[in-house]
Amino acid sequence: MLETFNFRVIWEYMPLYLQCFQATLWLSAVSLLGAILVGIIACAMRLSQTKTISRIAGIYIESIRSTPLLAQLYFFYFGLPSLGLMLPEWVTGVLALTLNSGAYYAEIIRAGIQAIPYGQIEAGISSGLSYFQRMRYIILPQALGMTIRPMLGQAIVLVKDSSLLSLISIAELTRAGQLLTSDRFMPVEGFLTTAAFYLIIYYMLKGFSAWSEKRLIFREAH
Amino acid sequence: MWGFYFTELLHSLPFFLKGLWMTVAVSGLSLIAGTVIGFVCGILRASGNKILRYIIGAWVDLIRGTPFLVQIFIIFFILPSAGIELEAFPAAVIALTNLAASFICEIVAGGILAVPSGQREAATASGLSPYQQLRYIILPQAMRTILPPLVGQYVLLVKDSSVVSAIGVVDITRVGWLTVQRIPEGIMVFGLVGILYFVICYPLINLSNFLERRMAVVGTRL
Repeated sequence: MLETFNFRVIWEYMPLYLQCFQATLWLSAVSLLGAILVGIIACAMRLSQTKTISRIAGIYIESIRSTPLLAQLYFFYFGLPSLGLMLPEWVTGVLALTLNSGAYYAEIIRAGIQAIPYGQIEAGISSGLSYFQRMRYIILPQALGMTIRPMLGQAIVLVKDSSLLSLISIAELTRAGQLLTSDRFMPVEGFLTTAAFYLIIYYMLKGFSAWSEKRLIFREAH
Repeated sequence: MWGFYFTELLHSLPFFLKGLWMTVAVSGLSLIAGTVIGFVCGILRASGNKILRYIIGAWVDLIRGTPFLVQIFIIFFILPSAGIELEAFPAAVIALTNLAASFICEIVAGGILAVPSGQREAATASGLSPYQQLRYIILPQAMRTILPPLVGQYVLLVKDSSVVSAIGVVDITRVGWLTVQRIPEGIMVFGLVGILYFVICYPLINLSNFLERRMAVVGTRL
């Protein structure tokens, strides 16, 4: 199988791959920003004293976590038009990715905040630190140190999940592989090239994760 | 119109149950095979052999760094070009087993390495064979670290099994996709799909949370 590996076709399709690589990058980046925002809001709601608000966030988080992203994607893709809402595919895709990862970010952030012993906040108050100072010097550095790894882990998951958008015909990396398969019937070349591009993103994020661990982690927090 | 489609949907309920059975079959088979392979690889990875550790590490990175959709396309399209013709069902089980094994391998290796080295030394000093050490000293203690994320991994596996619908395995997601062509009420159809996944995943998530609490109570210090 590999002796017939056709590099020329890959070279020929390289502009398409680069374009699709870019699409994967920005679709993931937009969804990532959205997901962190949704995660912060959902986490704040989940920790709210008001039961109803906390319960709404709980239902959102649980229902996202117990259903597959693909089912959620189809839910929006086929569901929104039946409500009379016609959105471009990429908006539907970003929406599904954002809401999906948002639920996971909510849990990650919650774990980070709840891992800080309350005594630290009390100690901050009795040392006369203001709310902002406590956040800046006590809570956030520790919470960030503890959550940076799962946050980047979820970012990797999000990038990989964006491959499902190819199933609602958004032109991204996996779609490029599918095109090469249907145009030239060269699935080997097509999907191995796609995989290589995903690995580039993976190793970059993994390297960043290892680096941030050295820089940010507060050992006593563990 | 809603009422009409609702009765239509009720009529296709047996179809959905068939899909549910297919999802359970695909993820169940891969879960069993993946756990066995994952444990073997995890034990090998935690062992001293450098070459084995390196090979398994590279395999885990390859699986972790690429989307499952791309992996399944590679297995489904590339094995035939190497002369191995596969139907959709075995291809799905192979791909999902491979995914499960790589993640479980990491969980198991992590669990084994978390057992204090004094335990192994004491076992060696007591004259236990390597097998006896593993069987009576290391694994029972490591299971406490392994079990909660292992069950969590099973949830991910059930959800990831939705992706096999892309190569034509008629699981719940595929049933939803086929049904929505006939009953154009995406919210209703994929709402039902979501409920069916929820029925499988939610108890598993709770089991994982329960195990985590339970194992934490026993204490991490020995």
